[in-house]
Amino acid sequence: MKKLFSAVLALALALPLLLVPAWGEEMDYSGMDLGYYTRYKGQGRSISVYNWGEYISDGSDGSLDVNRAFEELTGIKVVYSTFDTNESLYAKLKTGGSSYDLIIPSDYMIARMIGEEMLLPLDLGNIPNFEDSVGERYKNPSFDPGNRYSVPYTWGTVGLIYNTTMVDENDLIDSWSCLWDPVYAGNMLMFSNSKDAFGIAFKMLGYPINAESKEQLDRATELLKEQKPLLQAYVMDEIFDKMTGGEAALAPYYAGDAITMMEDNPDLAFVVPEEGSNIFTDAMCIPKEARNKELAEMYINFMLEPEVGLANIEYIGYSTPNDRVYQLLDDEVKNDPVRYPDQELLDRCEYFVNLEPELAAYMDEKWTELLSADERYSQMLMPLVMLGCVIATISLNTARAVRKNRQQPN
Amino acid sequence: MKFKHAALPYMVWSAVFVLVPLGLVAVFAFTTQDGAFTIDNIARVSGYTPVFMRSVWLAILATAICLVIGYPLAYLMSRMSGVRQRTMVMLIMLPMWINFLLRTYAWMTLLENNGVINSLLRLLGLGPVRMINTQGAVVLGMVYNYLPFMILPLYSIMTKIDDRIIEAAQDLGANPFQVFSRVIFPLSVPGISTGVTMVFVPAISTFIISRMLGGGSNMLIGDLIDAQFLGNAYNPNLGAAISMVLMVFILLVMSIFNQFDDSEEREGMLI
Repeated sequence: MKKLFSAVLALALALPLLLVPAWGEEMDYSGMDLGYYTRYKGQGRSISVYNWGEYISDGSDGSLDVNRAFEELTGIKVVYSTFDTNESLYAKLKTGGSSYDLIIPSDYMIARMIGEEMLLPLDLGNIPNFEDSVGERYKNPSFDPGNRYSVPYTWGTVGLIYNTTMVDENDLIDSWSCLWDPVYAGNMLMFSNSKDAFGIAFKMLGYPINAESKEQLDRATELLKEQKPLLQAYVMDEIFDKMTGGEAALAPYYAGDAITMMEDNPDLAFVVPEEGSNIFTDAMCIPKEARNKELAEMYINFMLEPEVGLANIEYIGYSTPNDRVYQLLDDEVKNDPVRYPDQELLDRCEYFVNLEPELAAYMDEKWTELLSADERYSQMLMPLVMLGCVIATISLNTARAVRKNRQQPN
Repeated sequence: MKFKHAALPYMVWSAVFVLVPLGLVAVFAFTTQDGAFTIDNIARVSGYTPVFMRSVWLAILATAICLVIGYPLAYLMSRMSGVRQRTMVMLIMLPMWINFLLRTYAWMTLLENNGVINSLLRLLGLGPVRMINTQGAVVLGMVYNYLPFMILPLYSIMTKIDDRIIEAAQDLGANPFQVFSRVIFPLSVPGISTGVTMVFVPAISTFIISRMLGGGSNMLIGDLIDAQFLGNAYNPNLGAAISMVLMVFILLVMSIFNQFDDSEEREGMLI
């Protein structure tokens, strides 16, 4: 009797799960190559996907649950997990012990992983959508010539986000030099990661965005040192609060995030400076440890399907490299200069590529110097302090031992 | 003797999760990325002297402020009635139930130029005061987050000071200052030593407070180590070397402090 009761109870609890589908929108599979997608159906296989947080349409707010739709169509289970920075993804892959079939790093990290032979070459024959979907201008990127290792997922630019009520109306914000303008002293924010901050300095100096020599890094460091007293703070994610709250007038940031901020505060505006900027791409790659390469390629192909790509790009808010998805967008979005700047401007934007290890280390060194440049100490100070501590410990110990000895006879 | 086995799980735990990682830190600190032996990493640490000195200075400042605030409070608490004591301990513990990151984020909103405090000041006609992105804000963040670690050990030591000892000192003609300097203070030294350790060690190695409240330009050792692992130049070897130097430094400071603790305590016992 008791058993029956609990069985009924369990069924009653499970019933809502069975009746209400967890995803908002039904997927329309017509127009897809069903033969291709159902090859592995019924074999109980799974792939492991490692993506940025909040970076895929997941069925919330009535959007399409992309992973669920993929499972439905192909019978392949998706094991999905997320990371928060390229560097933590890199550190995770480098330390080993995990096996992902698909990862979505950014351009410079892809270049670095290619250089360190951490990725598998893709078989574009297994990704039939690649040819028609990915726009010509997004193919063959400098960080991965010929798309041997990566298929673009999203892209965006870095530009200036500013508060229209806090900058002078007559003052045209269209150049990186605004970030060195004393008028806005104390009202400006700057990237607190070396790569983006140096990128801006390089563009100011008319250099390529990727450092070519130590001299260039030295010049850029000088420029950033000039800027430091004018800044309010070096920030990353804190920028959301600070810009929407009117705490600062001017800051460089990523276009996709600028759109999020502009939705929260209509006074904000975004511009890609005329000197050109950084264009970044997050692209799908297969790491060396992958166990299911064909399945991962099928997943990549699925992400390129127009309906799937549209759901993702509407959810993420970045720009799409997929021409077929672009055609489906509203005209308002298509002509939005923040998301899709004109070609002439994009031609002046560059991708980050992987720096030579020596230059990357030098850049980090200069960055630390910049952030701690207020005080000057002799390099000998620290060893001296340590030595002082050692002497103090020893002498205190001796003093105590001596005292103990004197007390002993009593 | 049988009870010795009860410590076994912890012994295994500390061997696997404390000793082995410490050994790995040492191995990384003394090798290059290819695994060859080098002392170059340790030598390079002295290039980061400004960051080190700033961390030490701010940690000392935060510890001193915690001690100054915490000491009288802990003493007064220890002389309160049972119910009041429990309420006070509860109030001190309460903020610790909220995530560390969230508390620091809240300070950011309070201290900003358009933040809560400055808005109030503006209402009163007092101009905005620059508070966020200063070293003062970093120290404030440390004091706020680590103050309970100072108060609680002090409080638990002071509850053990018997009222009768204080009364005896008074009976024997000690004035209030003498009661404090010759009875209460010496008896509370073990609490001071524990409290200082518990505040100084996390304060010197903290890494998110300076980024959020210090505007990113007041880099501390914690940020520096973080940058070696999650920065552009992935350099776990240098990161391990910096951690090693920091660890040795903390050990030295602690050993100096323990000397004081012991000898002072003995003097206290002799009186």
